[in-house]
Amino acid sequence: MSIKQLTVFVQNSKGTLVRVTDTLAKNNVNLRALSIAETEELGILRLIVNDNQTAEKVLADQGYLIKVIDVVGVKIGDAPGKLTEALEVLDKADINVEYLYAFMTRTEKHAYVVLRVENNDEAERVLENAGFHLITASDVDKL
Amino acid sequence: MAQNYYQKEIETMSREDMKALQSEKLVKQVKHVYENVPYYRSLMDEKGIKPEDIKGIDDLHKLPFLTKADLRDAYPYGLLAKPLEDCVRIHSTSGTTGRRVVAFYTQNDVDLWEDCCARAIVATGGSKKDVCQVAYGYGLFTGGFGLNGGSHKVGCLTLPMSSGNTERQIQFMMDLNATILCCTPSYAAYIGESLKEQGYKPEDIPLKAGIFGAEPWTEEMRKGIEATLGIKAYDIYGLTETTGPGVSFECSEQTGMHVNEDHFFAEIIDPDTGEVLPEGSKGELVFTSLDKEAFPLLRYRTRDICVLSRKKCSCGRTLIKMAKPMGRTDDMLIIRGVNVFPSQIETVLLKEGYEPNYQIVVDRVNNNDTFDVNVEMTAEQFTDKLGDVLKMEKALANAMKIMLGINPAVHLLPPKSIARSEGKAVRVIDKRKLI
Repeated sequence: MSIKQLTVFVQNSKGTLVRVTDTLAKNNVNLRALSIAETEELGILRLIVNDNQTAEKVLADQGYLIKVIDVVGVKIGDAPGKLTEALEVLDKADINVEYLYAFMTRTEKHAYVVLRVENNDEAERVLENAGFHLITASDVDKL
Repeated sequence: MAQNYYQKEIETMSREDMKALQSEKLVKQVKHVYENVPYYRSLMDEKGIKPEDIKGIDDLHKLPFLTKADLRDAYPYGLLAKPLEDCVRIHSTSGTTGRRVVAFYTQNDVDLWEDCCARAIVATGGSKKDVCQVAYGYGLFTGGFGLNGGSHKVGCLTLPMSSGNTERQIQFMMDLNATILCCTPSYAAYIGESLKEQGYKPEDIPLKAGIFGAEPWTEEMRKGIEATLGIKAYDIYGLTETTGPGVSFECSEQTGMHVNEDHFFAEIIDPDTGEVLPEGSKGELVFTSLDKEAFPLLRYRTRDICVLSRKKCSCGRTLIKMAKPMGRTDDMLIIRGVNVFPSQIETVLLKEGYEPNYQIVVDRVNNNDTFDVNVEMTAEQFTDKLGDVLKMEKALANAMKIMLGINPAVHLLPPKSIARSEGKAVRVIDKRKLI
């Protein structure tokens, strides 16, 4: 059920990000979501893209350190308190969220949250039981 | 300035008398090591040299050299020349392969070392009326105990502060009217800046002299320290292998350091051929311990590049003078007073499961050394969690601290981010301008 996240390790310096996005653009990879965690020296880019295989290959060819991991994608209502509801479900199930990032689309009345947790299956199970709609790889393609 | 000497007869001895004294001591010392240290005996036998071949100091060049590698091979007891029961102390430096150099001292060895430090203190104008604040580290490091001993011999009131806790250093300095400060030059500069920040002017500070060593420093830094603290700042040189600080010391002329050559005979050699070079030539500094009993190194190659001079000194001392070391013949760095070899970093990386792709960056900011180690991460180690990366950096820094004794800032980087020139990565970038 889970979706793939492309994780790229980069130095935190001028021009780094544009080199990554340019490589993806030139190879027709479309970004769905992007989040960055950084320190003064380094950056970790987390990407949800429409074509993981191409993205991984073209970035690896450029020498980037890449790791593809499974993350949980969940659809939430576009209204105040909706993210809290989802997080409370996880909290009650004692599932720790390592990090998350959210994105919206122009066409739908929903927000999408990407969650990085230790146990994807358990997180997906409790979210679904609570009535949340999870995003699949094919959903990502259609977004 | 009126000159005082701690051991006037030795310090102002004529060249002829000094040479006779050195010769007499060397003959005895060579016999002592040959009889008591199998390691030396085999080195000498290999070269076909017998103790009888050494009839005076002019025969010294016949003896084999000793290097840091020998010290590591012989660790811990291989170069010990006295029974352990006659030894009263050890000191130690960090070593390149995790093995340290351990030096042993008999009570006589401690005494002669402390005499050397006492000479250094008196040469700065020190006497029993002084209050001597020793802010070198106490412990395996020789700095604290060496100057502490010298201060006792002179009869100064000794403040055994050890390094760090600057607030307390300043409190004792001001409340107890410290007149002599002994520490690394960078720590002296730091104390000076802290005093300035607290609003003290040079004339408010009771200090009159400082004895600073264990790391390279410039004339510019000397001027800065002298201005902020309102003192005269003197250089001191030494290494654990020979004894510690006090192998040589600066006098009122401040133009190089007098070698305590009645105890430590200095030579300058060509580092490539091993040939002894004439006075005034630049080359590698080599020391022979003429008196030490427990750990008497003969012709120990320091790897320091230096020049010796017998030019007459206005202080009246006839002891030969050495310039400030001008560099190294190996890749050793001195960071915050601590010896660091790139190979030590490499050892830690391999042990911790990293590839040895690293770069050491050293700089001096506000008179303090910065020490950064950049390390390339491997694909297996990469994680998507920033917290994990930071934890790995911290763990690596801790492992390096255990090996080196000082704490670097470790930065994990993507592969191939460390610049390589002609395929070979530059391992050390030293931005400090010290010479």
